[in-house]
Amino acid sequence: MANVYTPGLKVTARTVVKKTRRLPIFGQVLVKVGQRVGATDIVARTDLPGKVYPANIANALGVMPDEVPTAMMKKPSDAITKGEVIAETKGMFGFFKGQYQAPIDGTVDNISHITGQVMLRENPIPVTVQAYVDGTVAEILEREGVVVQTVATFVQGIFGLSGEAHGPLRRIAERPDAIVAESAIDESCRGKVLIAGSFAPLSLLKKAIAVGARGLVVGGFDYNDIKELLGKDLGVAITGGEKLGTTLVVTEGFGRIAMAQRTFDLLAQNEGRIASINGATQIRAGVIRPEIIVPLEGVSAEGHHEAPLVGLEVGAPVRCIRFPYFGKLGRVTALPSELAKMESETMVRVMEVTFDEGGKAIVPRANVEAIEG
Amino acid sequence: MSDHAASAPTRDFSSIRSILATDCGSTTTKAILIEKNDAGEFRLVTRGEAPTTVEAPFEDVTRGVLNAIAEVEELRGRKFLSGEKMITPQIGEVGADIYISTSSAGGGLQMVVTGVVKSMSAESAARASLSAGAIVMDTLASNDERLAHEKIERIRQLRPDMILLSGGVDGGTVSHVVALAELLSAANPKPRLGIGFNLPVIYAGNKEAAGEVQKILADKVSLQTVPNLRPVLEQENLGPARDAIHDLFLEHVMQQAPGYKKLISWTDAPIMPTPGAVGLIIQSIAKRQNISVVGVDIGGATTDVFSVFGARKSFNRTVSANLGMSYSVSNVLAEAGLDNILRWVPFDIDQAELRNRIGNKMIRPTTIPQGFRELQIEQAISREALRLAFVQHKAFAVSLKGVQKERTISDAFAQSASDTLVNMMELSMIVGSGGVLSHAPRRSQSMMMLIDAFAPEGVTELVVDSIFMMPHLGVLSTVHEAAATEVFDKDCLIRLGTCLAPVLAKGKEKVGEEILRASLTLPDGTRKDVALKVGEVLLVEVPYVEGKKTRAILTPSKRYDVGNGAGVPVETEMNGGVTGIVFDGRGRPLVMPSEAGERVRRLTAWNAALNVYGEAR
Repeated sequence: MANVYTPGLKVTARTVVKKTRRLPIFGQVLVKVGQRVGATDIVARTDLPGKVYPANIANALGVMPDEVPTAMMKKPSDAITKGEVIAETKGMFGFFKGQYQAPIDGTVDNISHITGQVMLRENPIPVTVQAYVDGTVAEILEREGVVVQTVATFVQGIFGLSGEAHGPLRRIAERPDAIVAESAIDESCRGKVLIAGSFAPLSLLKKAIAVGARGLVVGGFDYNDIKELLGKDLGVAITGGEKLGTTLVVTEGFGRIAMAQRTFDLLAQNEGRIASINGATQIRAGVIRPEIIVPLEGVSAEGHHEAPLVGLEVGAPVRCIRFPYFGKLGRVTALPSELAKMESETMVRVMEVTFDEGGKAIVPRANVEAIEG
Repeated sequence: MSDHAASAPTRDFSSIRSILATDCGSTTTKAILIEKNDAGEFRLVTRGEAPTTVEAPFEDVTRGVLNAIAEVEELRGRKFLSGEKMITPQIGEVGADIYISTSSAGGGLQMVVTGVVKSMSAESAARASLSAGAIVMDTLASNDERLAHEKIERIRQLRPDMILLSGGVDGGTVSHVVALAELLSAANPKPRLGIGFNLPVIYAGNKEAAGEVQKILADKVSLQTVPNLRPVLEQENLGPARDAIHDLFLEHVMQQAPGYKKLISWTDAPIMPTPGAVGLIIQSIAKRQNISVVGVDIGGATTDVFSVFGARKSFNRTVSANLGMSYSVSNVLAEAGLDNILRWVPFDIDQAELRNRIGNKMIRPTTIPQGFRELQIEQAISREALRLAFVQHKAFAVSLKGVQKERTISDAFAQSASDTLVNMMELSMIVGSGGVLSHAPRRSQSMMMLIDAFAPEGVTELVVDSIFMMPHLGVLSTVHEAAATEVFDKDCLIRLGTCLAPVLAKGKEKVGEEILRASLTLPDGTRKDVALKVGEVLLVEVPYVEGKKTRAILTPSKRYDVGNGAGVPVETEMNGGVTGIVFDGRGRPLVMPSEAGERVRRLTAWNAALNVYGEAR
């Protein structure tokens, strides 16, 4: 394969970020193209059909299924109120009537003469979608949502937990390779997105959650701690639905590993600015990485040109993403075209990397990622 | 070979010279070129691959297909593309006569199935969907112990590509089937792809309920009714439901996937789900050689197991959706447990470190092991992924089986996991496929992984797919079976060798006891005698020689069975291979020492016997 390498995580001071904000089902879009929106502004809304309650009226009233339509006092689509009698038997001489009271507020969905079952539906559940980032509406997806565009500092992580959050950035580590003490997090961190260093022990994340921090961004995290945190093993990397209270974004991987200097510097430079962060990760087809977006105030997307992706070429900055060089940063110094035999005897396409800390190594191309930005 | 052939176009393929085939996987699109050589044989000529382009920014599967074929063009030195179009048929030295494809991109075909009784119609519905190449996200049944509103919530959450609704024998219960349709209607399920588009639902249940089901669902879903997949209790009729799944996969699901409309217009045969095509090939091997076969395809996210057993050549397929070597590698750790993975690791390692390494493989799934120990860890994990997938398969491959099968009513009620059709002593061949098996640096590593994971008994041949081309050959077999067979035998299969594993039939194992004597006559006429003791692994290096097998007289000790019963000799013939004939005296089930030092010592000795990692390892 001509270009076997892992596209890098984006770590860039200034880029145009476009976020598609989509409803789960068709609904109403509330904004217009070109409109300025704030992160928490609602841009689209819809009503999800309410929860369904199957009611076996035939059993409840002791009648045959085909007698249920006659016993029903409500038709499909009729509104019902909790406690209201919605079905009744004729009884004998007007006495001994069996009655069925609605267990919910909502509507009648369907009445079956075959099964004697009646489907009741709760009132619709309103669902809204927020803009998520401060920006401009770039596109309307008819009845589905919008695309919000902003010029921002943009950092992708490798793995995260919990969903969208917003708050000002606050640096709590002095250096990207520092392990922050729990004492660095106090009440003043409430509502903030905290920038830690190389590794967050579980206790640090728990402290962040306890004080109400919006997010914690860190180089490494222990895989085993996820189980303790969530109460279950994380079998596949599909996250974002957790309700931790504090969104976690891991920038490098599992284990004790320093945050890349460039990532740390970029986030530190933006200290005090409002960031939109999301821990949602999906490492499958349709890959989703966790992210930190810091919109740049007063900067327009017009006239902004993205630097072209260069891929892997001699001189390109790279990060090693697998043992034995995991986490090391360097530059490509040679790209031999022939396959090379690794210690494992695997024949692969390789590159020579000269590490920032000194020394060189031959590494499989699949085991590095380009540092993009 | 298959009933898919019936739906293939009627073009005459008898005089073809070249075939281009692609498999659009979740990550990579793989193209192969097959050509007829001067000797009149169809052979693999070259292959190319490129990243699959279903996702943004490309969102057009044909882009990856064109890139993979462009690599084939470059390697073969002739044109197959005219701009962005495929050239078919071949004219002179330009183009290919046939273009075909399989697909599992975008997560493959994801289905929900329903039935009235969990172990009967619902199980038959699951079997129909699996044999069509789908992933079954959930099986809902009237008696599955979930409350009605829980089932409705579940259907709403899942967003499958398609639902198969079954239940009731013809003339049997109507109300239960209608109740299932009412649940579906109340859930008003939405498809995974294509907002605002109606979900395809196949009804294959009691024909007398079809009218009511139609009334309930017609306005909400795209409903197709086919003959009952369980018309009477003792008989399955999976063919019509399976064909409908294939048709809807093409007509609805694929139409919503980016670029597939164009891809469908290019192909000379219907695009098949990748596992469906692999299943065809596994069935074809079993049929041609009249043997029982187990096939496995271990991928990054999922592991598929296929089996064909018994006189009726009953076919079963299971997919273990979260057992795989990259995306799902942490799930293997979660399901198997660290101790089960560690038992295959021939060195000491810190447990927290091992967990983090596995976690890092999950979040960076495309990386490869550079060092020996990394390789050994991956191969240890693969043994557990394969073992667990096989356990799941054995539990599913019970009683009712394959395309059409009859059984008595008493059998039907006695159905349980212990009724598995998978008989390891009857099993003649294990076929391995997937990166960790096909691309292991040494073939002896693949052989050892398969033996450790599947624990074959008696005499079992082991083979691997050389470069993952079984899907291509599966779909090719629907239009040109001879070409598919020729390429399969000559280029696809790597014959690893044969495993001989005596099984203790009575009493207890005694350390150092001799359990088997074998007298071998190799293909070159050389004689070799082997004596196997408890706990030993021995290798006799015998290559595969076409048309010439090793003749063997196997005499187990009186408490051991090698195929004909305890102490009864077996006279047989077997193939050698790139590894050879392996004598496995470790017993069944394989029990590993719990003490770390002893475990490492034994693993090292077994690995040394097959030269699995080289002498210094």
